[in-house]
Amino acid sequence: MSIEVRKLSKRFGDFTALDQVDLKVQDGELLALLGPSGCGKTTLLRLIAGLDLPDSGQVLFSGVDATSRHVSERQVGFVFQHYALFRHMTVFDNVAFGLSVKPRHQRPSKEEIRQRVTDLLKLVQLDWLAHAYPAQLSGGQRQRIALARSLAVEPKVLLLDEPFGALDAKVRKDLRRWLRALHDQIHLTSVFVTHDQEEALEVSDRVVVMNHGRVEQIGAPDEIYEHPASPFVTQFLGDVNLFHGRIEQEQLTIGPFAQVVEGYQDSERAVAYVRPHDLDVTREAQGALGHGRVDHIHAVGPLVRLELRQEDGAPIEVALAKERYRELGLAPGDLVYVTPRKISVFPDAEDYVI
Amino acid sequence: MSTLTTESQSVRIVLIGTAVLFLSLFLLLPLLVVFQQALSQGLALYFSALIDPDAWDAIKLTLLATSIALPLNLVFGVAAAWCIARFDFRGKSLLTTLIDLPFSVSPVVAGLMFVLLFGVNTPQGAWLDAHGMRVVFAVPGIVLASVFVTFPFVARELIPLMQSQGSDEEQAALVLGASGWQTFWRVTVPNIKWGLLYGVILTNARAMGEFGAVSVVSGHIRGETNTLPLHVEILYNEYNFVGAFACASLLALLALLTLLAKSLVEWRQTRQILQAKSLTLEVRLNATNRSSQPA
Repeated sequence: MSIEVRKLSKRFGDFTALDQVDLKVQDGELLALLGPSGCGKTTLLRLIAGLDLPDSGQVLFSGVDATSRHVSERQVGFVFQHYALFRHMTVFDNVAFGLSVKPRHQRPSKEEIRQRVTDLLKLVQLDWLAHAYPAQLSGGQRQRIALARSLAVEPKVLLLDEPFGALDAKVRKDLRRWLRALHDQIHLTSVFVTHDQEEALEVSDRVVVMNHGRVEQIGAPDEIYEHPASPFVTQFLGDVNLFHGRIEQEQLTIGPFAQVVEGYQDSERAVAYVRPHDLDVTREAQGALGHGRVDHIHAVGPLVRLELRQEDGAPIEVALAKERYRELGLAPGDLVYVTPRKISVFPDAEDYVI
Repeated sequence: MSTLTTESQSVRIVLIGTAVLFLSLFLLLPLLVVFQQALSQGLALYFSALIDPDAWDAIKLTLLATSIALPLNLVFGVAAAWCIARFDFRGKSLLTTLIDLPFSVSPVVAGLMFVLLFGVNTPQGAWLDAHGMRVVFAVPGIVLASVFVTFPFVARELIPLMQSQGSDEEQAALVLGASGWQTFWRVTVPNIKWGLLYGVILTNARAMGEFGAVSVVSGHIRGETNTLPLHVEILYNEYNFVGAFACASLLALLALLTLLAKSLVEWRQTRQILQAKSLTLEVRLNATNRSSQPA
């Protein structure tokens, strides 16, 4: 089932959580809603589920207006951040709940329910926990049971609200991959909310980046990482270095650095963003984008992270391959120059405030 | 030997000793005196005081008032807790304050309130009287007074419980397709059952033992509008000490039974938690065994 959201708005008192948001989710895709706290992503998810009602706008399922449909009639599955398992019921009863509350004429027989629940528990590889209580499970197990419970009623759409937010890093990574594998298996239209950009980029088919109740950019993970549409998206998706410069007659100038930028308007306040791993370090000053003294060297892991200090005190972060680092033979205090392999330019950028 | 979190032996003895002394003086001793006085003239007199027709009427009236006040306040308490813990609406803080009103108002004032509201010289009192219904100095007044003073118990027990539990489970039930009633009976009630039980126990104890409000409203008509606490007062004023203390011993027994019920509830709750914990260990051990077995 596809989902469409048209001009959806929601306010809580004076605070605008969503501002005229338009979005289309294709049938069978795994979509991530990504953004910082307070950007409206959870509000959007809950409006799609029907757990909250919008102030204006529409929610459509496969082209049919479902805005006024009650949450219990929307056939959506919802996985909460803190699992919301029924604490006084066993795992089996939790997963069977959705089937057991169906109206009499739609309810499957006890045997059918038992079979379906067992199949689902096998799917999440927790069939041996059927008679345990939620309090006895670990976080990762609880989340998988919550997922099994939401799948029991065969929803047309699966909505997940920061499903791995309450888990520790290793479990989060494992479950992330497990979710992706599950999605590849069952092809259920799924939308999940996260503030972790690594998670969004790794798991989803498309990512929607949101900020202040609006959509900043929608696209496939590699597309938005390589071609961010705004300074916010650039800065949100990972570490980035900032350089101020000018654009004159389609030429970007930052100090001694110059690059042709086609199709850009003249601007006195242009900003260039360069990711740490897109910077090369040399000892030659020619055509350098910037320069600084080596402040810190973190040589742990596959990349060597360098922190350079410019004359005005501003830092430049560089991520070098280990071989290149050894080639250069750098030591703290050395004066080095950086040249970019790839830059994102935004004319007239405002400063991004945390 | 004292450490950072424990006191030395002597300090502990002094503190515990003071507490025990205080409790004995103000709680145990009076209770013992009640039973001692009641039985001072022998068992035969004790029992005859209890089966005296007026005493028996008083017991019946107490039970009647309680059996009406209890379900009424149970339903009200759950409804109020549901509203306050789950919704935001204008007047919510007013409702919360109103629920606490019976605690802050003196029971005598509460009784007087009903006399002033339904006395025969008020329009509504006159109307009721004309239709053959009396509220003040009659059973309905006593029931009303009992309901009023036990108003807050269930609500105050449930509100913080439901607030701390959050509404996630209920939302999950709704998304899974449960109706409002199904959600209430199958998700909410099992989660609040211990709070409910405790609230019921407290309501029961207070309804049976209420004196001040009921005293003002009842008119003290022996055999008709006397509850057990009121009957104790009447007997005492007639210098019938054995009778008074015999009835008082019933009330004291009630207090002890309430304590017992409360302890039982707490004990069951702790046992459930411990059972669940030991099952966890079992499940986890089985899991480890399973994962260390060859596939």
